[in-house]
Amino acid sequence: MAPAGTPPVPQPAPEKSWHDVALQALKRNDIRLVPYVPDRILTTLIRNIHADPFFTTFPTAREEEAVGIVAGAWMAGMRGAVLMQTSGFATLPNVLASLAIPYQIPLIMFVSERGTLGEFNYGQSLVGRTMRPVLDSLAMEHHTCTRLDEFEFIADRSIKQAITTQAPVALILSPLLTGGKVFDK
Amino acid sequence: MSTAAGAPVRNTKVMSRFDLTSRLVAKLKHEEAVIGGIGNTNFDLWAAGHRPQNFYMLGSMGLGFPIALGVALAQPNRRVFGLEGDGSLLMQMGCLSTIAMLKPKNLTMIVMDNGIYQITGAQPTAAAAAADIVAIATASGLSNSAWAADEEDFERLVDQALSASDPTLIGVRIDDKPGVGATRRDPAQIRERFMLGLGVREAL
Repeated sequence: MAPAGTPPVPQPAPEKSWHDVALQALKRNDIRLVPYVPDRILTTLIRNIHADPFFTTFPTAREEEAVGIVAGAWMAGMRGAVLMQTSGFATLPNVLASLAIPYQIPLIMFVSERGTLGEFNYGQSLVGRTMRPVLDSLAMEHHTCTRLDEFEFIADRSIKQAITTQAPVALILSPLLTGGKVFDK
Repeated sequence: MSTAAGAPVRNTKVMSRFDLTSRLVAKLKHEEAVIGGIGNTNFDLWAAGHRPQNFYMLGSMGLGFPIALGVALAQPNRRVFGLEGDGSLLMQMGCLSTIAMLKPKNLTMIVMDNGIYQITGAQPTAAAAAADIVAIATASGLSNSAWAADEEDFERLVDQALSASDPTLIGVRIDDKPGVGATRRDPAQIRERFMLGLGVREAL
């Protein structure tokens, strides 16, 4: 509370965070099923999705398991998206090439990007380099999300395109968007 | 209980995959969904007579139960059966824990256990030596798991599964024969027909 007589300092409306934008994009597009393999960057998003009864969300043992689950659910009329980190994406080429793409499943993936812009684990930086070549070799739609002011447009349009074209999409969440994970010990 | 050599003692009859699949399909009167795992498992599902509610996997080994779980979550009022080989399940064992956590009452898993990778040249699976897949399922939290002693017992377990209030896993020992049919390898059409069969789509 400002002291009496002091005019309040005008404050800009609090900016939505990237994870609010992601959650709202899922909701707006009726994506209710969100299996995931967790990642530090995704912690708040995962917590908020758990807290919202709109969603059915749970961890899976492996990323490809989550892909199978959302594929089955979509064929049965329920939309889903999978959350993972870069190293999890690296386990997926077989299931992308033998399930999601040939069966025309609109697999929506949010991949938090490790391996760049301050990575401290050499293995993460190497596995991160495999992601875009894999996506490109399968001619898959993918976007690297770096700016908050673009993120809602990219997420919403990409989800709609995946569903209408029945083709998978990967939304890569850059450290430029999320802040990333840095060495702090 | 194990033998001195470490191999599990089995009192279950060695049966035919095609015969058991046919017996299952004959019991499905309410448009139950069936997910056929990679290879012989879905070849025999195909050979047992195509149904609009059948889905046939052509790749993505190990994802039969996860796909079936997705169907079960999306349509909780429809009974869903997943058919997998033991080799496939070994590849994605974590899905048993996921299913036990979620407890979809409408999901039944049937594991066709011949102890071999039949389609690649009948090499023994790691589980063939000493592991017990039903015990693994039980320990994963799927308490409603059992080996079928023979064909009659299998039918009894399927009948129970059709009205179960917990996910069910049925292990069956099968012989080393290949599947008796071959699924038409047309993924887009398999997917579209399955969606029609589940009432998600209308035909163009």
